[in-house]
Amino acid sequence: MGLKIQNVSKVVGGETHLRQIDLVFETGSRNVLLGRTLSGKTSLLRIMAGLDRPTSGKIIIDGQDMTGVSVRKRSVAMVYQQFINYPSLSVYNNIASPLKIGGMPKKELDRRVRETAEMLHLEGMLDRIPAELSGGQQQRTAIARALVKEAQLLLLDEPLVNLDYKLREELRVDLQEIFRKRSAIVVYTTTEPSEALMLGGNVVVLDEGRVLQTGATAMVYQRPETLRAAEVFSDPPINALDSAVTHGGAVMGDNIPVPLTGHLGRLADGAYRFAFRSNHLWLSSQEDGDIAITGKVELAEINGSETFIYVHHGKSAFVVQQEGVHPFSMGNEITVFINPKHLFVYDTAGQLVAAPQATGPSNRRE
Amino acid sequence: MEKWADNKAWFLVLPVFVVVAFSAIIPLMTVVNYSIQDIFGPGNAVFVGTEWFKQMLTDTRLHDALGRQFIFSGLVLLIEIPLGILIALAMPKKGWGASASLVTLAIPLLIPWNVIGTIWIIFTRPDIGLFGVGINSLNLLDVPFDHTARPSYAWATLMAMEVWHWTPLVALLCYAGLRAIPEAYFQAAKIDGASSWAVFHYIQLPKMRGVLTIAILLRWMDSFLIYAEPFALTGGGPGNSTTFLSIYLVKLATGQFDLGPAAAFSLIYFLIVLLFCFIFYQALLNVGKGEKTS
Repeated sequence: MGLKIQNVSKVVGGETHLRQIDLVFETGSRNVLLGRTLSGKTSLLRIMAGLDRPTSGKIIIDGQDMTGVSVRKRSVAMVYQQFINYPSLSVYNNIASPLKIGGMPKKELDRRVRETAEMLHLEGMLDRIPAELSGGQQQRTAIARALVKEAQLLLLDEPLVNLDYKLREELRVDLQEIFRKRSAIVVYTTTEPSEALMLGGNVVVLDEGRVLQTGATAMVYQRPETLRAAEVFSDPPINALDSAVTHGGAVMGDNIPVPLTGHLGRLADGAYRFAFRSNHLWLSSQEDGDIAITGKVELAEINGSETFIYVHHGKSAFVVQQEGVHPFSMGNEITVFINPKHLFVYDTAGQLVAAPQATGPSNRRE
Repeated sequence: MEKWADNKAWFLVLPVFVVVAFSAIIPLMTVVNYSIQDIFGPGNAVFVGTEWFKQMLTDTRLHDALGRQFIFSGLVLLIEIPLGILIALAMPKKGWGASASLVTLAIPLLIPWNVIGTIWIIFTRPDIGLFGVGINSLNLLDVPFDHTARPSYAWATLMAMEVWHWTPLVALLCYAGLRAIPEAYFQAAKIDGASSWAVFHYIQLPKMRGVLTIAILLRWMDSFLIYAEPFALTGGGPGNSTTFLSIYLVKLATGQFDLGPAAAFSLIYFLIVLLFCFIFYQALLNVGKGEKTS
């Protein structure tokens, strides 16, 4: 039982938005569609909802072909990036609107509306209209409208992007709690790897209308099968340096020797791309075996309590993520350290050859 | 911040002050000046206090004109606003159809007012006008159509002229309002299973509140000040049937040279327009807000 997407493609005006997507979502599962903007997340959601017809392929819900069935006849609820509520209706009536159309008895309706409002901390503002609410409250109302229906399929299209940082964190925590209690298929799209990791469940990594990888979110994060998937599933995108293995030794980037120990031990001779996440780079050596990479600072960007340092190294560049505020001058020499145990190895075509050992909860900043 | 050593910044406000003085304050004060004096000729005027105001407020011809004016403006709003909304809803959303309908709608707005009067007079003339000749050849009316023949004919012609001229403005404003609604609203309504009436009532209409407020205010003010059309058509006739406030005012001021009463009349007229704009604006701000749940 669940939702099955069979070989779905979508072409709009000669432009391919989705290419032969095959996915299965189990009832009661939480799923994250992770991808950059224009990767096809929204197109896929719209097809799942029944708002759009796929150019080819099938949508099968609980074993029934629902491809051409109108959205009105499906059990779907959707939350958008923008805060979509009926502007002239009170919060109460907004939440009640999907139930009213279904013709639910008044008592039952009232109970469900109040229950849902409570779940989203809207009890105190049931009489207000959306324009009188903050952005976070407006989105909570929209989410309440989607939840109250108890639809089979709950779709959320980047619901938190338009909220400020603080509200986003709050709502994200609430949502996790709410999703856990649902029996519906929850599909949530996001561009942010951290959001995907937080929501857990399964992840579908999308890129240019193609599915790059699917699986349990933490698993996919630890073993991105392609360099592209690793780039999408890292923020800042994963860094990669051209490397080569010859006669039992490896050289990364601009002649940095890398000892072939641990998961790197069985690499055959040849050209590779060694990749590493920005949060595994340090400004000082942390433990034995760390290798040093030197480069020139191109830009240092202070973001909240973190500093992102863009470093030029030979013909390539990479980003270092450091906690704390570190002022750097452009053009200065910099040496950063990485432990080889954090290196991902991809072949020149971008396929995963070796991934670091999953270290579980001790992994920092993830 | 450092405090300015002098108040030279005031000079920057001066140009605006001068412009407003000449465009609004001085002309208005001239009218106020006339309204409290009896003017016999240049340099020969007598102060009369509020006499002209009393006279105008009890003038039955003014009362009649005011009544006609309310009926006319009321009808204009009742026809143009719903019609404009309907046209806007029916217009194509994109493609060449959208451009074509926008251009077509804009045509009446580009024609000078007195030309519109002339066009419609010719169109409705019983001897050569397409409409006049056409309707009379059908023999449906007991008195042959001629806008000077019956008050109802003159009114019908005026209403047609006004609706033809200004409904496009309402439609264009509503169209802009409708286009500004994000597509996601309609999708959300579709997912809810809402009917198209519900979509209109709960999404489109509330979202058009802003542009509709402007449309209603503009059309109210403008139709309340109507002059060129009835002047061109019948000059206020037949009888006094299309003598609206501005027609009567002009007759008084430049026909009979009763400058004092006309000035008092102008001020009363101005206050009425202002009062109604205020009432409409307040009403529209609050309409449909917060359907309370108990």
